[in-house]
Amino acid sequence: MTNKKLLLGAEAIALAAIDAGISGVYAYPGTPSTEITEYIQRSKIAKQNGVRSKWSSNEKTAYEAALGMSYAGKRSLVCMKHVGLNVAADAFMNSAITGVNGGLVVVVADDPSMHSSQNEQDTRAYGRFAYLPVIEPSNQQETYDAVRYAFDLSELVKLPVLLRITTRLSHSRAAVLQQVAKAQNALNPSTEKKNWILLPSNARVNYAGLLGKQQQLTDISEASPLNKVVEGSGPKAVIAFGIAYNYVMEVKQAEKLDIPVLKISQYPLPEKKLKAFVEKYDDVLIAEEGYPIYEELLKGFFGNAKFRGRLDGALPRMGELSPDALAKALGVPMPELKAIPAVVANRPPMLCQGCGHGDLFVAMNRVFESYPAKHVFSDIGCYTLGALPPYDAISTCVDMGASITMAKGASDAGLHPAVAVIGDSTFTHSGITGLIDAVNDGTSVTIIISDNATVAMTGGQESSGDGNLYDICKGVGVDEAHIRVIEPLKKNMEKNMAVLKEEFEYRGVSVVIAQRECVQVMLKNKKQRNKTAAAKAAV
Amino acid sequence: MNKNIIIAGVGGQGILTIAAVIDLAAMNNGLHVKQAEVHGMSQRGGAVESHLRISDAEIFSDLIPRGKADLILAIEPMESLRYLPFLSKDGVIVTATEAFKNIANYPEEDSIRAEIEKSARHVFVDAEALARSVGNPKSFNVVMLGAAAPYIGIGAEQLEKAIAQLFAAKGEEIVEMNLLAFRKGLAN
Repeated sequence: MTNKKLLLGAEAIALAAIDAGISGVYAYPGTPSTEITEYIQRSKIAKQNGVRSKWSSNEKTAYEAALGMSYAGKRSLVCMKHVGLNVAADAFMNSAITGVNGGLVVVVADDPSMHSSQNEQDTRAYGRFAYLPVIEPSNQQETYDAVRYAFDLSELVKLPVLLRITTRLSHSRAAVLQQVAKAQNALNPSTEKKNWILLPSNARVNYAGLLGKQQQLTDISEASPLNKVVEGSGPKAVIAFGIAYNYVMEVKQAEKLDIPVLKISQYPLPEKKLKAFVEKYDDVLIAEEGYPIYEELLKGFFGNAKFRGRLDGALPRMGELSPDALAKALGVPMPELKAIPAVVANRPPMLCQGCGHGDLFVAMNRVFESYPAKHVFSDIGCYTLGALPPYDAISTCVDMGASITMAKGASDAGLHPAVAVIGDSTFTHSGITGLIDAVNDGTSVTIIISDNATVAMTGGQESSGDGNLYDICKGVGVDEAHIRVIEPLKKNMEKNMAVLKEEFEYRGVSVVIAQRECVQVMLKNKKQRNKTAAAKAAV
Repeated sequence: MNKNIIIAGVGGQGILTIAAVIDLAAMNNGLHVKQAEVHGMSQRGGAVESHLRISDAEIFSDLIPRGKADLILAIEPMESLRYLPFLSKDGVIVTATEAFKNIANYPEEDSIRAEIEKSARHVFVDAEALARSVGNPKSFNVVMLGAAAPYIGIGAEQLEKAIAQLFAAKGEEIVEMNLLAFRKGLAN
């Protein structure tokens, strides 16, 4: 027996952050980042130490709160999925200019291959964009250790540190050995006003300071234990970034290849180490989990032919890497594989039995039968599955909150009815401001808030507008006569269709709140109630 | 010692419980473990799988390379076929016989059975009947773990110990019921 814990990569980050003495974590749920915050929310030690961990309304509010905690001198963690950083980008980019007081680590979980996402953008590009240090660990233990390292680095260089992981690391378990926990920082608010007031006169000075730190960051990367060479004999070599290192080493181990490998897990690139490595070999495979950012850079505009990778087809141009992709790129012959028999049918995800979104879509589809065409602007959540049969209910899904604003734009162009379907949590994440635009403009739109009182797709986290949706809509100026509440159940079908039809026909802003508890949360709550009852009965 | 196992099923069928037992048993035996699982969208009734690797040497990749899985442990027969490219030449399929039909175009069950029979060494398990015989249909997945136990590379007694550990918090009754389910599967 060992005292090691078997943890997901996401959980390793959470445990490491608690042990690194954070005073708070800020996040909005998003696959594959959700489990980080959930682990901290469940942790008894975190509770004991008063680590705040409630969900934020969106990634931007989360980021800014984390920055505020840093201003106050304490360590804070902020977590999101890759597209969440787009939402928080304003705060993120400018936090590079303010710098930090207490350590601030920004964890962004990318989703190459788009397992649960609408794109596969590579967060390392944001790291370069902001001139911030980026850490990209390869395995669970390294992830745990890297979080502690990142907090120390953040306080040393007085900058936020970006920690980038991908789905495979976030959602894979391995044994992790814990370090001794560090106490939280004392409250010590910054008094360096010029750092924090980004008036142009201050911002110019701070930006020059950020540029001035780049050499120091490179020097730190140069000495970092995260960047290392695994010796081998040439002339072929591999530069492996982050988790790509695992796949290269898998092939190296299985095939007993003696290829030299340079592992990069900290940016900016360690220039000297890299140069010394590259000069020795004629054929260098660049393995990046994500965009070929550094391949492009190393290859240069005129294309140095010794670098191979995603750009020349040695590795697939898109999608996550795998041991098979690396084996192929290293010239290892593929064994003969069994094929998937033709009889195997696809089994896509679908709405649960007894899900309120389903009954809403049926009612909505039936109302649309009386119109020449159906255009429904939708959004991100379980209800996006309304795109699939048997519902075929929605026309768009772009980014958080886009349903309302796209419906508005289409209405402005003359489309009627202009209908949006958005979840309760997506509405409070990024929908309210769009609704204000529609109200101010008197736009003819019908916003259906499919309210299951939870963030369902990511596993049933609490929804920040729970119980307040009606008042929010009223408060931003929607006419109360056109805020309708329905319960999407089969037995209410005719009644609900009548409400939808009336509001589709209304020329102005209308909101239909379709309220029915998420069936998964209902089951979970029932189980919890039974448990509590059993515990009480036992006493 | 080096075993690559793919556990396959449909979101919500409890494949992660099977993985958790094997993980724990492997850790107890001082083995290295890596176990990749599916979270997010596919959990909503979609096809899900877990790549589980145990070894006495360091494990690098979280994913099993194609053609290198020793075992496909499937909680649903069609799902056992979805991951065939991962199965090694001599690999084994251990699958439940009960089809989970949540799609309109679910194929003929006989054709699935025929494909499994010709694809690899295989063990069919009437897991539902066995689970019912211990008085809890929910122990379906533990029955399957029992049936696959001879191919996991860890002794059955070690797996039983891990089951006892994992379910300890839920009380002795639950532990006993799961041990019974495991043994039913093992005797299959």
